[in-house]
Amino acid sequence: MPAATRFTEIKTSSPQYWGLLLLLAILAAVGIGAAHHMDVEGHHISGMNNQVVWGLPHVFAIFLIVAASGALNLASMASVFGKVEYKPLARFSAVLSIALLVGGLAVLLLDLGRPDRLIVAITHYNFRSIFAWNIILYSGFIVIVLAYLWLMMERRFERWSRPAGMFAFAWRLILTSGTGSIFGFLVARESYDSALLAPMFIVMSFSFGLAVFILLLLTSFKLDQRELDGIHLQRLRKLLGLFSIGILYFVILFHITKLYGSQNHDFERFILLDGGVYTRLFWLFQIVLGTLLPLFLLYAPRWQHSSKSLVLACLLIIQGGFAQLYVIIIGGQAFPLNIFPGYRVESSFFDGVISAYTPSLWELLLGCAGLASALLIALLVLRVLPMLPQSLPGTED
Amino acid sequence: MANELDNIELRPARRRFMQSSAALAMTLIAPGVLLYKTGQAQSENEPGSDNKDLPATPRWGLLIDTNALSEADVDACVAACQQEHGWHSDAGSQTAAQWIRKIHLTDKQSGQQTVLPMMCQHCADPPCVDVCPTGASFKRADGIVLVNKHTCIGCRYCMMACPYKARSFIHEVLQDQLAVAPRGKGTVESCTLCVHRIDRDGANAVPACAEAVNRDGRKAILFGDLNDPDSEISQRAKSHGATRLRADLGVDPGVRYRGL
Repeated sequence: MPAATRFTEIKTSSPQYWGLLLLLAILAAVGIGAAHHMDVEGHHISGMNNQVVWGLPHVFAIFLIVAASGALNLASMASVFGKVEYKPLARFSAVLSIALLVGGLAVLLLDLGRPDRLIVAITHYNFRSIFAWNIILYSGFIVIVLAYLWLMMERRFERWSRPAGMFAFAWRLILTSGTGSIFGFLVARESYDSALLAPMFIVMSFSFGLAVFILLLLTSFKLDQRELDGIHLQRLRKLLGLFSIGILYFVILFHITKLYGSQNHDFERFILLDGGVYTRLFWLFQIVLGTLLPLFLLYAPRWQHSSKSLVLACLLIIQGGFAQLYVIIIGGQAFPLNIFPGYRVESSFFDGVISAYTPSLWELLLGCAGLASALLIALLVLRVLPMLPQSLPGTED
Repeated sequence: MANELDNIELRPARRRFMQSSAALAMTLIAPGVLLYKTGQAQSENEPGSDNKDLPATPRWGLLIDTNALSEADVDACVAACQQEHGWHSDAGSQTAAQWIRKIHLTDKQSGQQTVLPMMCQHCADPPCVDVCPTGASFKRADGIVLVNKHTCIGCRYCMMACPYKARSFIHEVLQDQLAVAPRGKGTVESCTLCVHRIDRDGANAVPACAEAVNRDGRKAILFGDLNDPDSEISQRAKSHGATRLRADLGVDPGVRYRGL
């Protein structure tokens, strides 16, 4: 089957397709306007402050960056693990991973205090900084995946696509480890300071990236009225369930290792029991709605063959991902630094208290713009280049 | 004969095996070498092994005697720093900068109360310098940790990494800045240890916070060279003891406290 796969551009001219593109373009433009406004006015109009220095834009940016590396999964399944049944999806997988990364990086850049100093960020490197490493890892990822995509599409060099795919796979594992390590390396904060964050981010990337991939695959196939046999969705459904279980495992392990040290009990109490919005986000949106319910939808025999249940599971996993990153990034900063162990601390700089953070509209618009521009890029590429298989009929396994 | 044939057949396979083994070894070793080199890397202004002939580099630090400081003294420290560097902080503002702040401590068991000034601790191994992607956060050879306002991109990672919450991000447009303390919206800042005074007066310098509380021969905040065993600060630390905040982190702060 894979050898006979025909790739074509999306040709639909349906109002739904153009309407979707228009909506995404408006969201992207409005978000860029919001970022410009924050840049001119200063970050005091955002919800961020000197206590919570990374806010909602970082939740969006890190979700997109993590999902980007995960979206490459399907290409890796074909190239690295030799699962030929995923080969027809490999091109789209590579396109989506680049689009998501560009969207995520745009949010990260536009949320800087000095986004106009991009040139400084790419000409001055401190190699002790995991951030500086990430700048290289992210830009390298785009170049490598572009090359990989080209090798997959150019018949003369197709045999090179396998080593390129392996290289891209190794690179994306390091990349996501780097993203997790942004937090894992923060030794002074009890909320982070764990090497577990690196592998946890890798599994999160598998799951979030696949969920976005499935939704966009179904959308583009439906808009262009292409044939998609249920057997392909069955495979993706199984993978998604497996990745969700993987995240749950790491979340449990993370909290158990934290609970083992008595110095972390206050932090664990904050997240798991009395942290208000963070506790609710953790239990309700991350665990129940973002993990357990999707697992039920994915594995319950009754819905095994329903694409609606798969779509719902993907949406739930994505909202669970946002909740998880909100708890990790913002909950982790809201919990006060323990500068004076054994003392109760008070100051005018909010030492010793749970810090407040309410996201502003500007931050929400900027975050949505990143997501919208990623989807816009992906849908536009599908229109101008033959990235999607003409059809995905059923095959014998 | 049969053996020879076997060998001939095996050669390409063996060659392939050797090639892939070499490639694998390179792939595994190269990142390790890079990591090692990175781990060994020193910032350019760190005292290296090649300047043995130069006089010993000072390491400027503070010794803060909390027993000698009243609440009014700490308020005076904060006010002096504000005046010296031109920053202001409205009460209750979450976004205003605070280069130095007054901290009230209550021992959870004994109930003993302490009040102290808290500022950048000018660590020997500053996490803010490690994490800064552009190198804007840097440590001078004399141990003072600063932010280069020209290369700070405002990513705020240093604020995430600082164990002492010593840094502030400038959230608003600023006016009427002082020449000794250039500041700019969208960048990060913190206590400079009054570097402009140190560059002018050397070992005789007195930072503004110390000047505000050291009266009548009392030295509640003592400034000096921690690298010089004969300096007053080193002698006092030796005889009376000095606590490093979060010593467990091993960042070796240059600001030390007595009475904790």
